[in-house]
Amino acid sequence: MALDMRESIGAAHSGDTPPARPRARRSPRWLGPHLGRALVGAVAGYALGHFLGNSIASGYINVQGNGQNDVATVLALSIGVVGWLAGAGMLDYPVAKMFGREPLPPAQSKSWTRYFGPALDHKIIGLQYTVVVLLFFFTGGLLAMAIRTELLSPTNHLLGPGTYISVVSEHGTIMMMMASSIVIGPLGNWLVPLMIGSRRMAFPRVEAFSLWIFAAGYLVILTALPLGGFPTGWTGYAPLQTQAGGGMDSYLVGFAVIGIGMICAGFNLLATIVNYRAPGMTWGRVPIFVWSILATAALLTLATPTLVAAGLFGVLDRTAQTAFYVNEHGGSSFLWQNLFWFFGHPEVYIMALPGFGIVAEILPVFTRKPLFGYRIAAAGMIGVALLSFFVWQHHLFQSGINPDMRPLFMLTTELISIPTGFIFLVGLGTLWKAKIRFAVPMLFALGMFFNFLIGGISGVFLSDVPVDVTVHGSFFVLAHFHYTIMGGLVFAFFGGLYYWLPKMTGKTLSERLGKWHFWTMFIFFNFTFFPLFFVGLLGQPRRVFEYAQNLQTLNDISSVSAFCLGASFIIFVVNFVWSMFIDPKPSSPNPWNSRGLEWQTPMPVPPYNFARIPVVLADPYHYGAADARNVADLGPRTLALSGAVAPGAPSAVSSDETAGEEGSGDPRPPIA
Amino acid sequence: MSRGAETHHFRRLITIWVVLSVALDLVFYFAVSPHVPPGAMTSSASGQQTDFTVLFMIALPVMLAVWVYGAYALIVWRESRSGDAEPEGGPKARGNLGIQVGWIATTTAIVLGVFVYGTFELIVPAGAGGGEGPSPIWTPTSHDILPVQVIGQQWAWTYRYPTFGGFETRQLMLPVDTTVEFHVTSLDVIHSFWAYQLGVKADANPSQDNIAYTTTKQLGQFTVRCSELCGLWHGAMYNFGRVVSRAQFFVWAQSTQRQNAANTKLLPAFSYTYVPDANGADGGYYPDNIDPYSKVEQYGATTPSK
Amino acid sequence: MSRGGRLVILGVLLAVAVGLVVFTAMAFIRSSPPTVDFTTGHQPGAPVDMSVQTVGSIGFGPHPTWVSYLTETPSGQWVHTTLWDLPAHTRINVTVFQYDGGSPLRNQQWGQVSGTIGDDAVLNGKTFQVIDSNSGNGVGHTFAIPTLGISVPLYADNGSANLCAVAPCTFKSPHNIVKFSFMTPGPGQYPWQCFVPCGLGYLYGNGGPMSTVGYMGGFLKVVA
Repeated sequence: MALDMRESIGAAHSGDTPPARPRARRSPRWLGPHLGRALVGAVAGYALGHFLGNSIASGYINVQGNGQNDVATVLALSIGVVGWLAGAGMLDYPVAKMFGREPLPPAQSKSWTRYFGPALDHKIIGLQYTVVVLLFFFTGGLLAMAIRTELLSPTNHLLGPGTYISVVSEHGTIMMMMASSIVIGPLGNWLVPLMIGSRRMAFPRVEAFSLWIFAAGYLVILTALPLGGFPTGWTGYAPLQTQAGGGMDSYLVGFAVIGIGMICAGFNLLATIVNYRAPGMTWGRVPIFVWSILATAALLTLATPTLVAAGLFGVLDRTAQTAFYVNEHGGSSFLWQNLFWFFGHPEVYIMALPGFGIVAEILPVFTRKPLFGYRIAAAGMIGVALLSFFVWQHHLFQSGINPDMRPLFMLTTELISIPTGFIFLVGLGTLWKAKIRFAVPMLFALGMFFNFLIGGISGVFLSDVPVDVTVHGSFFVLAHFHYTIMGGLVFAFFGGLYYWLPKMTGKTLSERLGKWHFWTMFIFFNFTFFPLFFVGLLGQPRRVFEYAQNLQTLNDISSVSAFCLGASFIIFVVNFVWSMFIDPKPSSPNPWNSRGLEWQTPMPVPPYNFARIPVVLADPYHYGAADARNVADLGPRTLALSGAVAPGAPSAVSSDETAGEEGSGDPRPPIA
Repeated sequence: MSRGAETHHFRRLITIWVVLSVALDLVFYFAVSPHVPPGAMTSSASGQQTDFTVLFMIALPVMLAVWVYGAYALIVWRESRSGDAEPEGGPKARGNLGIQVGWIATTTAIVLGVFVYGTFELIVPAGAGGGEGPSPIWTPTSHDILPVQVIGQQWAWTYRYPTFGGFETRQLMLPVDTTVEFHVTSLDVIHSFWAYQLGVKADANPSQDNIAYTTTKQLGQFTVRCSELCGLWHGAMYNFGRVVSRAQFFVWAQSTQRQNAANTKLLPAFSYTYVPDANGADGGYYPDNIDPYSKVEQYGATTPSK
Repeated sequence: MSRGGRLVILGVLLAVAVGLVVFTAMAFIRSSPPTVDFTTGHQPGAPVDMSVQTVGSIGFGPHPTWVSYLTETPSGQWVHTTLWDLPAHTRINVTVFQYDGGSPLRNQQWGQVSGTIGDDAVLNGKTFQVIDSNSGNGVGHTFAIPTLGISVPLYADNGSANLCAVAPCTFKSPHNIVKFSFMTPGPGQYPWQCFVPCGLGYLYGNGGPMSTVGYMGGFLKVVA
């Protein structure tokens, strides 16, 4: 028997209605939460924090000595972020509830302005993430151009040494911050609910929060440059970190902020994937991309708190004169290294796994074959995620750690190459006797395999301690991680963009420009980074502005190719901008003829995703089987809702209708 | 498609792969491996050279396997060549237990083999030239060991020779056919002592002793660079050293000891670690009266800084 | 909105983005102190006389409390820079006016003169090879070009005297005069720095002015 709740809502006496709760009033649109208001909030918060910091700490002995008030900077950046979030409307719901008010549902807008404010629709958030991620990426890329320009000559210096080291550090930090969310943000958020047959994510407001705090992190790390830059590289080693000038606070606060966003995105995706799968979607039918996001989300949630804690200690060392990282006062210079890399190693698998997921999704569609070894692919991803917590000391092999740790971590690091290799088994198996179509997404997926092979094998060299004595801290390491992260993840990300953007935006990207983009990016990427393996083997350390004269030719090849690589992205930008804004051509709902559940929705995808929650019947890889059932039963076609299935679109067929709906003007056979 | 056609593909792939792997491995072994960095000036360097060669000769067939198969697949099974026929789907295309088990077994065997070999190459040359911390486990068997202390500071390397009176110099001279025990430490932030041709790399941590071993075998010049970002002049923190004959080394050591005698008296007693002053010369980072863990004796100063 | 209208908006946004990038790049590249040129009008074979001073607080600019070096141009003006153009294979006679207090050296190794002609230097008229930084006023700063093996300690003034607080300083303030000479090598850029960790308020004393070109570190640009 149900509990009688009438007493608690004030309706205990029959005939009473609950008392009216005060509703928040809706303010005019321009005062409501959006990007402009977020900027205003950020500036106001920054000013407030700076003022508070000056009131608290201007008497500190080190502030008087060096004239630099880190307390003010940290408070300014932190309160600025809070102001940004408040301006973006992230605090509206919790604050309203706290004061006992009923929060308003968000304004429903159909115009393009809805992309500039907070949204609860995961598809809008995915597109917002796409823009922020690309902004991040191109900013970091411009800094990379500056680095390669400086390295054209070992003796003639364009930038001063302090400026150079700040540019190097900023490039690395921006790229690593961006890459940790480059797939989860845009593609993970957009696709996961659709792929699992859900209408929404588990925590839509948290999802919006993770986007806005990600954008805030970008702005925070950008403040590093005007505040004087930071000299530690993206790894931020103490005690140099404690010694550094003003820009170091931007690094610490920025990483903490990005970290909070990562944790939120992680548990949101975990909860969604576990709880919101449509009926019939057993673990054996979950798309491989969702498996990769599941593994990544677990890493995000479990590993990132260490970074936030490490950053907090660093901030305390710099502002409150604690000594977490200072040997002479009882701390340890090893502590930051261990905390950072305990996060840092799962972090790089946060970057690698979604790339695996994307290429595993793309390959079946363009080979018209099922994914080979679906279970082993999923097992590999979970294996990588688990093992990634046990390898972090391979970054510390020469640091003076306990020497018998080194064979142990050599073993675990080499073991992790086994599950990483599964993606190659899966990819090669899918290519066996296939019918390979070289569309742009497929080209990027194949490029990813080529690059990741080189990157991964060079990783095995690095895991071997004797070879690591030669190559640690040199350009060999740099080439390794650029091959795995840029060659692997970024190539996969662009492949995923070309593949899913038609669905996400309803517009087609130019195939010709896409192929130009791929070939220039692939060729110049390899010419940029392959010589760097040799540069490192021949003795050039990382992050130096002076190097041996005989290495100039190799460095110049790399630099010129890097400029061309940068130019190749102009092709993408032109393609993107032209196809999305200037001269858009509408796309059909399933241009690649994919069996994935996300492709069975109409175009444009309605806000509620599915008219009826689908019943999943199979995994989306049943290509090449004549009697394969459709991936899901999406319900009767007769449901007439606005924005529902367009007549004749070759999308889902209900299980009791026969295949063979003729579309008006669509010559391709429906998915059988 | 028939089993015959499948074996046909397999056989072609294996043949191409075996031929290429053997050929390229041989080319690498004979033409390239004598020149593999970091050279053969010391035991640790030649150990690293051998290790790299072995790893590369294993990695090359692995990479070729993927490349040969990939190229073959992309050429033979591309859409324009196979026409309109749909490839075979079904359970056979979704997995093959034999291939999966074989793959796992092969990769595990290779990885474990590489691990065993790597551990062997780490232990036998007494730590392979890497920094082993203050209590090294793998020590050389020789009894004739020359200790050299490497001090890193922002932004130069200096060296102290305890067996020659503890003089400090900016030149690193080493005798040939000698086992050298490097004690690497720092006076401020983290640096990393990388003697390239010696095959030695050990991080310099403040107040810590990091020990690395190597045995010199050939004469020549070597480069010392800092390989851990340590601030503004990290890129300029390098010097050159020389491995000379034992006689020349003794002559140099004794004459330098004489020349620097006046300054050596002023240096603090030789120690494997020094406790630098976290406040710097002018003070001001930590309040001066709060110094619970710092020894009064600071490197270079008989009185604490103001 | 029409296609033309959209193109216009996009063009404006692109121009703004390009403008921002160019502005930032120029701000970075041009944010360097001026270079003092000792090569123009230099007769080959003749020595070059160079004067620099070290001061306890520069007194102006974005960091008025920072210690700094200053350089005197050939025409006698004191400029706040540490970048010099010198001719190759030339004897450089350096005079340092040391206006700052001092301390014991973190590494007494830098208390020894090396790399100069004669391996010694002259302090207030008296030749010396080693300064004991634990005695007397200690060492204020050092003049060191590590890649050329040159290092000269600069004896400090008494810390309790009324030291010069705004650069450029004159002889009215307590000072020590250190003279030494060295030969420039072939063309190249050689970093130079001070080895006294005098960054007040920074951990280990090596932040701030020690880590900024124009204050306690700079470049020797040797021109053919």
